Amino acid sequence: MGQGMAALVRQGWFAIPGLVRFVLRRLAVGVFLCVGVTLIAFTLTQVVPGDPISASLGDAAASDPEIVAAFRARFGLDRPLPEQYVIYLGNLLRGDLGESLLTRRPVAADLAHYMSATIELAVMAMTIAMVLGVALGVLAAMFRDRWPDQVIRVVSLAGVSVPTFWLSLVCLYVFFFILGWSPGVGRLSPGAPAPAAITGLFLVDAALTRNWRVFHDALAHIALPAMVLAVYTIGAITRFTRASMLEAMGQDYVRTARAKGLPERRVILGHVLRPALAAIVTVSGMAFGRMLGGAVLVEAVFSWPGLGEYAYRSALALDLRAIMGVSLVIAAIYILVNLVVDILYAVIDPRIRLG
Amino acid sequence: MLRSIDAADPFHRSRTRVRSAWLQPLGIIGAVMLAAIVLAAILAPWIVPHPPNAMSFPRLQPPNATNWFGTDQLGRDIFSRVVYGARVSLPYALQLVVMSAVLGTVLGAIAGYFGGWIDGVIMRAADLVMAFPDIILAMAVVAALGPNLFNAVLAVVIVSWPIYARVVRSMILTLRDEPYVQSSRLLGASSGRALWRDIRPNAAGPVVVLAALEYGHAVLILSGLSFLGLGAQPPIAEWGSMVSEGAKYFDRWWMSVFPGLAILVVVLGANFLGDTLRDALDPRAAKTFR
Amino acid sequence: MTVPLLQVERLVISLPTPDGGRVLAVREVSFDVGPGEIVGIAGESGCGKTLTALAVMGLLPPGGRATGRIGFDGRDLLALRPSAHRAMLGRDIAMVFQDPMTALHPMLSVERQMTEHLRHHRQLSARAARDRAVEMLDLVRIPDPGGALRRYPHQFSGGMRQRVAIAMALVCGPRLLIADEPTTALDVTVQAGILRLLHRLRDELGLSMIVITHDMGVMSALADRVGVMYAGRIVEEGPRPLVLTRPRHPYTAGLLAALPDAGPDGEGAQASRLQALPGAPPALADLPEGCPFLPRCVRSRPACTGAEPPLRPVAPGHAIACPVDPFAQGAA
Repeated sequence: MGQGMAALVRQGWFAIPGLVRFVLRRLAVGVFLCVGVTLIAFTLTQVVPGDPISASLGDAAASDPEIVAAFRARFGLDRPLPEQYVIYLGNLLRGDLGESLLTRRPVAADLAHYMSATIELAVMAMTIAMVLGVALGVLAAMFRDRWPDQVIRVVSLAGVSVPTFWLSLVCLYVFFFILGWSPGVGRLSPGAPAPAAITGLFLVDAALTRNWRVFHDALAHIALPAMVLAVYTIGAITRFTRASMLEAMGQDYVRTARAKGLPERRVILGHVLRPALAAIVTVSGMAFGRMLGGAVLVEAVFSWPGLGEYAYRSALALDLRAIMGVSLVIAAIYILVNLVVDILYAVIDPRIRLG
Repeated sequence: MLRSIDAADPFHRSRTRVRSAWLQPLGIIGAVMLAAIVLAAILAPWIVPHPPNAMSFPRLQPPNATNWFGTDQLGRDIFSRVVYGARVSLPYALQLVVMSAVLGTVLGAIAGYFGGWIDGVIMRAADLVMAFPDIILAMAVVAALGPNLFNAVLAVVIVSWPIYARVVRSMILTLRDEPYVQSSRLLGASSGRALWRDIRPNAAGPVVVLAALEYGHAVLILSGLSFLGLGAQPPIAEWGSMVSEGAKYFDRWWMSVFPGLAILVVVLGANFLGDTLRDALDPRAAKTFR
Repeated sequence: MTVPLLQVERLVISLPTPDGGRVLAVREVSFDVGPGEIVGIAGESGCGKTLTALAVMGLLPPGGRATGRIGFDGRDLLALRPSAHRAMLGRDIAMVFQDPMTALHPMLSVERQMTEHLRHHRQLSARAARDRAVEMLDLVRIPDPGGALRRYPHQFSGGMRQRVAIAMALVCGPRLLIADEPTTALDVTVQAGILRLLHRLRDELGLSMIVITHDMGVMSALADRVGVMYAGRIVEEGPRPLVLTRPRHPYTAGLLAALPDAGPDGEGAQASRLQALPGAPPALADLPEGCPFLPRCVRSRPACTGAEPPLRPVAPGHAIACPVDPFAQGAA
């Protein structure tokens, strides 16, 4: 009976088209990772030598046992650990991430509020980084060992060597303070109204409501932080693209393409770039993760109200719920991005899709 | 009948010369940059014009003849502090790299050699850790353990070991089936012995290259954590925290620029050198994404 | 006397060495290929046969330089500008490589790979190019050519992939096809099919071919004339039946004797012991004085240590680079 069931399940499984199966498998891995992430975050906050209570209540209130007991009861800090974790997991599934010790608001609300700022910044920076990074890497590979390649290699190496927080300050100083090209910190000019909250992404919202003045203001404000955030990733992607291109160029099928008399540009763009892009797509997920980390530093300097800043403040305050909330969201974003990347890869490489 | 190329060389040299790897100009520049900073760090007590923590100068002065890099908000000489900063950042970054490499190598070796569920557990843990942007996880760990430089190192070790583990594990998987390892096991060597004597020399190379490449990154992330207040605490003269203090006095540009420049020089030098080493010793590593 | 389609004259190819010097990999090779003729070039790895083919295609590895003359249709390919040479590739001269799995692009459809150069060289529309591609796939006996166009190389078997590669090479209607080890990467059972295909293509299309191989069995199935290369030179050349049944150069004899069930033209099983050629080909950067084959030769004479022996005719259309001729007195 069991064997028959198993066989049936197997048959059903393989009846689903290959690409869908692929997506489902990746989703399962993603869920596993998310669970693991909450476990890590939960464990971490339990090894805290300090006391989260005194950190948020202040010493005076912390010395009053009644207040402390009420506080503990309110935040469930008096239950046994595994129970705390299970309760939390249950709440998660209902969309409740608890309340922040610091802001006294639901963590979910905090996160929603800050998440869009970080996403807008990261997506903007990622787009700049991919476009410039791939272009420079392709150029470097095409002019291998000649001067454009040497220059690009040094520049990209410099790009991954610059401290992001320092570059943010320097750029702010030069472009805002001295040159006045950039309008300064924050997402909008002081006093400017935010556009209608449709997606939370100011550029998208402003465009959707044809609010062009706000659009320009938001664009002017996001330009500098996005470019600074992109620097490291441009360097990394340029280097990786160059290496992938060179590896693809050494393959037999490139020689075949040349043997067919195809012009060099067609060979590079049609035959070499494709497998190189496949490899680049694979690492772009990791690159995005990197960038989310860099966003913490950029947000700090540019007063960008995003997850990075939120994470940092919560970390300092030992805000248990908030830290776990941020970890979960960032991990979820990262996992989602990787899922998209995996699917993109399957589209580019037919061997994965049809194999 | 042609035998060899003679004096009248009709073929001009191709442009793809193969330079001796150790003489790459970039590598030499990098080595020089690093060596200069290391030297400055070692000789700091003798070469700095003023004690780093002495608040003996007028505050917030721009660079001048007495204070080459100017002074900070407490009247301390920034040049001396930057030089002393090398004595903090360089050794701690080294410690970080060594600890990550050791931890990652051990775990990767165990995973690769014993396989099975041990391999599964370790690799899932590695995936999990790598699913995080490293600064964020490090921030959480530091917040849990308390903000100081040593905990920052520990935190980054926790997020850095997977890269080494992966490299070592794949090396071991390839080497495990090599005849000379198998024969030594047949002769009765224990697993540990085989691991230590036969595999270690081969796995060492890529790990060393990786560590060299990681050093610059270590300096960056440690100074980044200090910048956020989660690493070195005042009054320690550390480059990241100096930049952070300077950010509060935004128009006194010298307070942030010089410490950051120092970070840039060290990381640039380390990366130049690491890149050259990588090209010389392990060209395949060019395709790892960092 | 028909004018040869391809005339290789005193081709010399040099390659850069890691320490910055150069080495001569091909040392004055000359041969002709007539219209509709299949010329086989045999030899061990490293003897320069592939490089010779690449020189004809203008696809030498970076740093490689060729001198001499390669006449195709009266024009010297080596004197052409790279763009002019490239215009002929795929259109007049085409090449098929050893391993179709790596030679075909894994991420591009068969249709794309078969039509892109066709449309480039002949400015055809997508539809016309597609029709032509189907026609070629049919010619090489690929079942369901229309469906095959939509598929990717990894979805075909090894033999089918090589057929696709051959069709791809011939789609523009070149007059010369160079096949570099066309069957080496394939299963033995499939090899015969490919050889028959190549032979048929020559008969039906009047195609000239250069077949490069180390496998004397392939040589005997395909070639009209054979050239044997060693250490960058041709050491024996002549009509296939003669070269394979009565090899006059000791190296050729050694190659044939090394075949299991040796018996040129498949005649009768010989002694069950394999007779391998002792030693290995010399390093080209370090050629000794005299004949390069000397250390491995069973027939050597004192004369062999002098100058390197030139190619000399021993029969009409048959030449060897050896001062010693075992058949000089007609002994079999």
